[in-house]
Amino acid sequence: MTTPSVRVFHKLEGLFSIYKPPGVHWKLVRDTVETNLLKGINAAPPPGPRQRVQFLAEPTSVMAEGSSELTLSAASVPALAHHPLVSGPEFQHIGVGVGHRLDVFSSGVLVLGVGQANKALTDLYRSHVTRDYTLEGELGMATDNFSHTGRLIERTTYDHITRDKLERVLAMMQGSNQKALLTYSKVDMSTQEAYELAVKGELRPDGKSPPIMTGLRLLHFQPPHFTLEVQCLNETQRYLCRILHEVGLELRSTAVCKGVRRTRDGPFTIQHALTHQHWTSPDVIQAIRQYRSSRKAGKAKHTQPGKDTGTASQRQEMAEEAPVNRVYFVFVKLF
Amino acid sequence: MVSYQNPLSHQLRDGGMLLKEWQTALGTNATPVHTHTHSGHFYLIFLSSPDLDDAPGHSALEEISHEEAVRMDIPAALPPVSISLKDYVNESETLSKLVQLGVQLWKLEQRPNVGSMLLRLDFQTDVTPRLVFLKQLGVEDSRLGYLISHNPFILTESLENLQARVAYLRSKKFSAESVASMVSRAPYLLNFSVKRMDNRLGFYQQQLGLSAQKTRDVVVRLPRLLCGSLEPVKENLKICKLEMGFRENELQHIVTVIPKVLTANKRKLTQIFDYIHNTMNIPHDLIVKFPQVLNAKYLRIKERHLFLQYLDKAQYDPAKPNYICLDKLVSLPDEAFCTEVASATLKDFELFQKTM
Repeated sequence: MTTPSVRVFHKLEGLFSIYKPPGVHWKLVRDTVETNLLKGINAAPPPGPRQRVQFLAEPTSVMAEGSSELTLSAASVPALAHHPLVSGPEFQHIGVGVGHRLDVFSSGVLVLGVGQANKALTDLYRSHVTRDYTLEGELGMATDNFSHTGRLIERTTYDHITRDKLERVLAMMQGSNQKALLTYSKVDMSTQEAYELAVKGELRPDGKSPPIMTGLRLLHFQPPHFTLEVQCLNETQRYLCRILHEVGLELRSTAVCKGVRRTRDGPFTIQHALTHQHWTSPDVIQAIRQYRSSRKAGKAKHTQPGKDTGTASQRQEMAEEAPVNRVYFVFVKLF
Repeated sequence: MVSYQNPLSHQLRDGGMLLKEWQTALGTNATPVHTHTHSGHFYLIFLSSPDLDDAPGHSALEEISHEEAVRMDIPAALPPVSISLKDYVNESETLSKLVQLGVQLWKLEQRPNVGSMLLRLDFQTDVTPRLVFLKQLGVEDSRLGYLISHNPFILTESLENLQARVAYLRSKKFSAESVASMVSRAPYLLNFSVKRMDNRLGFYQQQLGLSAQKTRDVVVRLPRLLCGSLEPVKENLKICKLEMGFRENELQHIVTVIPKVLTANKRKLTQIFDYIHNTMNIPHDLIVKFPQVLNAKYLRIKERHLFLQYLDKAQYDPAKPNYICLDKLVSLPDEAFCTEVASATLKDFELFQKTM
């Protein structure tokens, strides 16, 4: 029997993204979202009270001698066993799954799925989607955990660093990452097909691989602060902080990470991520609908007869990120 | 587990049939014997008498008239042991009346032994006098359900104790309305002894150095101060004096305005104070003037401060122009904050939140 609560739950089954604020553990975020969604589901009016029938014997009215009327009256008595105060609210737990996790220090797009959509979550992430990060760094310091909250180990000068030197170091790092990508993608380098894939930027590692950065770019440089934009696969936030530390070392100085912010996780961008005041069921329902309609629009645009539809969605995502990759691949080739 | 045991009385609660009726119905001189099973529950086992040559009494397959069949009272088939109160709520007068009051039985049955306790209570002799007592105290009908849901043990506390504790509070010059308000907001209050309440009132008056009237006001604002342990309160007071550096009179003012500071989480309190004092550079006297900032959420203060800093409006010194009041920074909802304080739209604030 579908009650109003069950209907609300079915509307909530889907994938959506939220913006995780820094300094909060992802589990707390997931629990908060689950509590809010449960409030929304249980707010729906409960089903009507059930009745049960009880037979009561009425006093026998002796009409005539010998014949006594036996009357049993049926009374409809409310059955309290199914009252919400006795059996509890209909939903006491829903399964909210988390996509790629973010550690306490970082912030950004965190993908969540409810109910049946958790299966889609695992499928989406098995298909090697990339993620965009914005890293904020500060030159001149080195700490034990590569971020500005750690214990200070070293202080260095950074006056000799120019934008040019920094970009050269970044290009070198991207070159080595590109080589790693080619190795782990396990394609035969001497084929035409491999060349076409590489030009379009659709090379992906086959199976397990270490963290690979497919794109690396300098956004701002104002010594000692600088900002990098990274696109990567199979990474952890700790690895990204280490990258910044290594950039500092390559420049004969040191650097720490002041902020890690994920701006894109696969097809989920920061534009549609929900901030913490919108972690309620009506906003989540709207976000799910928005994601579904955007996927349908994307599929309608890209799917053509003759192309294999199995990886159509995958190619669509890669086509979205292709522009940045293409430019840097060409850049590395010139080197 | 809710165990349905009646070791003392021979009267079964299921159909109201007395033992004698059971014996006549079965037709033997069978006597019930209470035995212990390994789980400690009582079960009734009927042992037949040793004399097997007795003439058989009424058999179960004997034909009886319709009138006798209708008049026969059939006891409800209740399970002797159950994990839920659902199975007993239709038959038990106490449970059905509690549901009508608004008590959340589904939460209470999860607590150990509370379900059995509620089943054993008799509505007329146990529950009604206490409900009448609470009503006379001034507790509203709509709050009775909340009270019993959070503290079911008020129904087993003796009436003399309850009356003695209320008399003690009245003797300490708490007005009748304030006692009623305290009891409805702190359900466990009347379960604590007079000595314990006296101990706590004395502690607050002595430690905070407040007058009797002000202590009464603080306790009426936050009645759970009289219920919980004093150790967290002592630690919070130490933190305020030593770590934060508030003086005696400043602390008194903060506690009278926001009593919750005494029971707040230590880590969160120090985190908020650290951010306000060291990052936002707000001096002690301004924090004492607006103690609500210590009660707010850290994330909210941080986001709003950074937003104002981005708009170059983060100015909290009352002496200078374009001063932002701390009270408005913290207590206004997002919409009002954006339009009045930051002169920006809600969308801009959300976009800024995503850059943090």
